[in-house]
Amino acid sequence: MSTVAAPRTGRSTAVLKAEARLFRREPGALFWILLFPTLLLVILGSIPSFRQHQADLGGLRTVDVYVPVAVLLGMIVGGLQSMPQTLTGYRERGILRRMATTPVRPSTLLSAQMLVYGGAALASALLTLAVARLGFDVPLPKQPFGYVLALLLAVMVALALGSLVSALSPTTKIAGAIGSAVFFPSMFCAGVWLPVQSMPDVMARIVGHTPFGAAAQALNQAAAGHWPGWGHLGVLAMWILLLTGAASRWFRWE
Amino acid sequence: MPVIEVTDLRKSYGGRPVVDGVSFAVEEGEIFGILGPNGAGKTTTVECVEGLRVPDAGRVRVTGLDPVAEHEQLTRVLGAQLQESELQAKLTVREALELYATFYPRPADWRPLAERLGLTDKLSTRFAKLSGGQKQRLFIALALIGGPRVVVLDELTTGLDPRARRDTWQLIEDVRASGVTVLLVTHFMEEAQRLCDRIAVIDKGRVAALDTPSGLIRRSAGSTVITFTPSAPLDEGDLNALPALASVEHKDARITLSGTDETVNAVITLLARCHITAHQLRVSDATLDDAFLDLTKEAAA
Repeated sequence: MSTVAAPRTGRSTAVLKAEARLFRREPGALFWILLFPTLLLVILGSIPSFRQHQADLGGLRTVDVYVPVAVLLGMIVGGLQSMPQTLTGYRERGILRRMATTPVRPSTLLSAQMLVYGGAALASALLTLAVARLGFDVPLPKQPFGYVLALLLAVMVALALGSLVSALSPTTKIAGAIGSAVFFPSMFCAGVWLPVQSMPDVMARIVGHTPFGAAAQALNQAAAGHWPGWGHLGVLAMWILLLTGAASRWFRWE
Repeated sequence: MPVIEVTDLRKSYGGRPVVDGVSFAVEEGEIFGILGPNGAGKTTTVECVEGLRVPDAGRVRVTGLDPVAEHEQLTRVLGAQLQESELQAKLTVREALELYATFYPRPADWRPLAERLGLTDKLSTRFAKLSGGQKQRLFIALALIGGPRVVVLDELTTGLDPRARRDTWQLIEDVRASGVTVLLVTHFMEEAQRLCDRIAVIDKGRVAALDTPSGLIRRSAGSTVITFTPSAPLDEGDLNALPALASVEHKDARITLSGTDETVNAVITLLARCHITAHQLRVSDATLDDAFLDLTKEAAA
């Protein structure tokens, strides 16, 4: 049973709680962000030949190679598909405007949305790692600090890209179209169709300069026990700055 | 000191002036109406009062605060219901009330508020499942939840059925009775006439008139309407010579004159002199509707 809300609870926390509760009422988003990446890994892992060590993957199994792909998938779906829909919808339906007439700034709502989708993407990543470890004997990342750093940068780049999509889309329909246009190249770069390890050298190098290509390679290095290359982390940081700057430059409140 | 002061407000979109020198002042505890045809600049004016738009020129003060520069302080004294806005589709009424209550330093208790607005049995209903009237009542609740000194209600009853509209009017009177100043934007004459202490008629971005509803009716030409069926034909010249006459209309055998109280007396004298009986004689005040048409017509000329 709820009580009369005290003003000191913190308005931002109240907004965050409300948005988190609303997120839990979206079965579609819950499935695609939280469950689908792990489900994909389970399906791939169920194919016997994908559990064989492959010489051309440097002795790794296909299921090992797909763990970082599944980890990135939740972020891409959440950041590029779900979040822009929610944000442009909030703008389109005057929810941001309504909030602008209260002591809470509408940017609080945007931050809450980012925390909710970022949190969901991280939860999805943890679920994938746990299922991979327990179900398919994929070792946990051997360089955990480097892995966490790469993971956080990857979430931030997904949210920044999603914010830019929201900023550039006047309506939810256009957000859907732009989101999809960015979604498939991002999936490709993350290695959904062809893991980065299997890509030809030139292609791998090009993909390494894209946000999710760099993220995939940083995650792979940390999983194998190396500190992720500063080159990849630098590419991620640069994209985060660039995309965030562009999103805040072009975002329209109404 | 007036609660809301608007002085020579101007706002253009793409070089086209939408608000072109609007001034008015709203006193504490008033229900002040802004009336005007669609596209007259009503909403833009109140959006400047709410601090949602930055005026091109002019001065706006709400309880002495600049709505743009002191926006956060403003939001604590001014509650707003916007013309077109929604809430998150899956947010329930209770969650919306609780959430918005946390935004304010001294919020009203939302339970009695919900009770007064007839929302108690809708508390666990999601926003998207509410009817138009229920949504409007929720927005009134949210406008009041911060315990404001002023509420701005924009086209509150548009889209409501007559029953819900009347309930809403009662509610606005209750709100004022609790000491809150109300700025009401409307294009319903009946609503303005029933609720407002004073009305600013805005047309083409300017204040065409500012008065009490009865003052507006009185100042317009033809504030009194006389209709009757004469027992014998009246001389057209005698009719047109009546003092303070605004118009004469014939429909079948019935004559409708509009003018002032002076016209009424003269008609009665005329009828007596001609030994003509007036059947079904009716003398009535013109409505705000008539006054409004008259005022906005003048501005167009």
